[in-house]
Amino acid sequence: MPEPLLEFTDLRIEATSYPPGEAPKNLVLVDGVSVGVEKGKVLGLIGESGAGKSTIGLAAMAFGRGGVRLTGGVISLNGRDIRVSDPAALRALRGREVTYVSQSAAASFNPAKRLMDQVIETSVSHGLLTKAEAEARAVDLFRQLGLPNPDSFGQRYPHQVSGGQLQRAMTAMALCPKPDLVIFDEPTTALDVTTQIEVLAAIKKAIVETGVAALYITHDLAVVAQVADHILVLRGGKKVEYGTTQQIINDPREGYTKALVSVRSIEHAEKVQAAPVLSVANVTARYRGTQFDVLKNVTVDLAPGQTLAVVGESGSGKSTLARVITGLLPPTQGRITFAGRTLSAALEGRSKDDLRELQMIYQMADTAMNPRQTVGTIIGRPIEFYFGLKGEAKRKRVQDLLDQIEMGKGYIDRYPAELSGGQKQRVCIARALAAQPKLIICDEVTSALDPLVADGILKLLLNLQAEAKVAYLFITHDIATVRAIADRIAVMFKGQVVRYGQKSDVLTPPFDDYTDLLLSSVPELRVGWLEEVIAGRKMDSAGN
Amino acid sequence: MHPILKLVVQRIALGLILLLAVSLVIFLGTEALPGDTAQAILGQSATPEALANLREKLGLTLPAHVRYINWLWAALHGDLGVALTNGVDIAQAIGQRLGNTLFLAGCAAAISVPLAIGLGLVAARYQGRWPDKVISGVTLTTISLPEFVAAYFVIYLLTQVFPLFQPVAMVFPGMGFWEKLQAVALPVIVLVMVVLAHMMRMTRAAILNVMQSAYIETAELKGLSPMQVIWRHALPNAIAPIVSVVILNLAYLVVGVVVVEVVFGYNALGQYLVDHVTKRDLPVVQAVGLIFAGVYIGLNILADVISIIANPRLRHPK
Repeated sequence: MPEPLLEFTDLRIEATSYPPGEAPKNLVLVDGVSVGVEKGKVLGLIGESGAGKSTIGLAAMAFGRGGVRLTGGVISLNGRDIRVSDPAALRALRGREVTYVSQSAAASFNPAKRLMDQVIETSVSHGLLTKAEAEARAVDLFRQLGLPNPDSFGQRYPHQVSGGQLQRAMTAMALCPKPDLVIFDEPTTALDVTTQIEVLAAIKKAIVETGVAALYITHDLAVVAQVADHILVLRGGKKVEYGTTQQIINDPREGYTKALVSVRSIEHAEKVQAAPVLSVANVTARYRGTQFDVLKNVTVDLAPGQTLAVVGESGSGKSTLARVITGLLPPTQGRITFAGRTLSAALEGRSKDDLRELQMIYQMADTAMNPRQTVGTIIGRPIEFYFGLKGEAKRKRVQDLLDQIEMGKGYIDRYPAELSGGQKQRVCIARALAAQPKLIICDEVTSALDPLVADGILKLLLNLQAEAKVAYLFITHDIATVRAIADRIAVMFKGQVVRYGQKSDVLTPPFDDYTDLLLSSVPELRVGWLEEVIAGRKMDSAGN
Repeated sequence: MHPILKLVVQRIALGLILLLAVSLVIFLGTEALPGDTAQAILGQSATPEALANLREKLGLTLPAHVRYINWLWAALHGDLGVALTNGVDIAQAIGQRLGNTLFLAGCAAAISVPLAIGLGLVAARYQGRWPDKVISGVTLTTISLPEFVAAYFVIYLLTQVFPLFQPVAMVFPGMGFWEKLQAVALPVIVLVMVVLAHMMRMTRAAILNVMQSAYIETAELKGLSPMQVIWRHALPNAIAPIVSVVILNLAYLVVGVVVVEVVFGYNALGQYLVDHVTKRDLPVVQAVGLIFAGVYIGLNILADVISIIANPRLRHPK
């Protein structure tokens, strides 16, 4: 067996957390993980958030984010234990033997410097190449990664290029100093599904052509199946299962791995059409001070107690549609009818009942709640505002709602910081329900959640819909979510609805070009899928 | 037009409008004082005839808006009038003192600005460790001392304990540059002590704020040394807040150092202004007020322009 390039032996990583009002707690983030990567091979690390994937990835550079400490075990890189290396030796290996590609390239590039200066920085400062050599290599890499105008691409600033391009530029930055190992930390997670596939293909091509070894971290098993030779499944900082990609995908042994492989178990039968509760008719909208219509002649209907899924990539106008319906952005043309009455275009012109019957849930539950209010206060607010309930009556209603979202009374006096991501989103759902709305707009409500947690939220939403007969306008970029929850679907592309109808019709061929692109871009859980789909492409994505 | 150029032109135009408004406030403020210039010159015992004659001569019988326009128009042409108390041409009197003021401010700035930024970077680099604590402690002490206390302390230390300098900072026309430098050494030291802390702390805070960004972690993962990370990646993104505080301090060095001037007997604008305020010499007060306002507004426009240019999103639009 060949000597491994990187080998973790019994790795232990700890951190100290400082919960408000309590004594500091010691947390074990990674516990007894042993795994190795051979030269030129790709190891996939997979698990939910909190599984310790990124922490292990950064440990390959002997780097602990924040107060994270590498407290035990051996991190052997090229034959030496880097866990105990001194800072100067670590600086010498970082950016030279091991490089890093982060989830958000947009945040990871310095906004004040040209891309080229950042891409070649390591090669030059480590004395590996002269400036001219490094620039020539960077241009080659830009070309290899399929970036537009590779010769002049580096002269641009980060804000001048798209998210997908930045992610490729970061890959170029990682490959420029010819490292032995690259750590890819969720490099495509923040991208649209149609862009993700292209970046994924570019990364895979670069890995193959340069022969570099890689740690590929993701929560999406279908993604890692496309690039990895081996997969390590993690949970709560511990190893669950390790094997070849084929074995993990096709023959998982552990129960947890099987759950990951077969996530999205929801079966949702489409409901029949009925008279709409919400009608959006010929709506065109633009933002103030711009000359560009973000929505172009959009017409959709939604029946009571049903779900309309609005899908599309970022910039397609999905969230703008929500802003128009809620009155935050008055449309330049078109009309919105809700529960039999025409809604005023502007928020100021709407009655209290208009506001009450139309609620919203957001992607980031964190930022949608006041961190200094308890769950009881947060959910109680609309109860008091819309129904005038106070004191015991209000508290009783809050408790009922907490039961409805399957959380129980014990949470009423907790603060958002004491809740998990899924629980926070449940509280936001309860807050929306408290107003007893006819329609809830759900804007990417499961996008920030782990698959298993997201699954729970979707099930809850479906149950609540069956009980309360509330309609959902469900904005998402995730086709799997759409399949799970929708009755009707509107596919949006560049501000227009390109395909619209009952779920069974929209998801049945023949497709228009864009819907085909969108559907075919969703990673499938089988090895070799990426190559097939890239070969069969009809069009490029808009966000590329 | 390039958006940067547009923004810069806008800022300058706004500054000019602001300066015009300030000139009006200065004029009205001095107008609003009880009595008038004629009364001030002739004193309480003047006869009504003499007062009327003098008012006629000084043009005080004209309506206020006409006098304002006349005053502003003359000021724009460099004619600031004559001082009432001694009949000296104000523009001439100010010219040399303004030179002294700018010389002192320039020397203090040349030392304090690089020193403050350098110390701020070091403090940020060793955040929470002893270099940070020493720097913060020392600069906090110097800014907490009233200027005259700091001045007398410096005089005592550097003329009595270690007799290196003269306690009085007299400068004359015709002095060589080097001589002048020696003369202002003590007031410069005091001014540096006064302005250092503010700029240092802002530099430190701005850098530490930027250090939270993801691209700083990227730089660390490139194997750059901590000082390289700060210098190449943090500082370029922290320029705007630093510049605004530096400029505020520069403005202070020009317009706010009268105490230091008095302690060291340095003949500059602040002292000139205070002298003539006590004598109720309104044309002088107006003229110096206008110059101070011009310096303040001009420097702040400069800060705005630098911040605009430092922003890559404005410099290189999509």
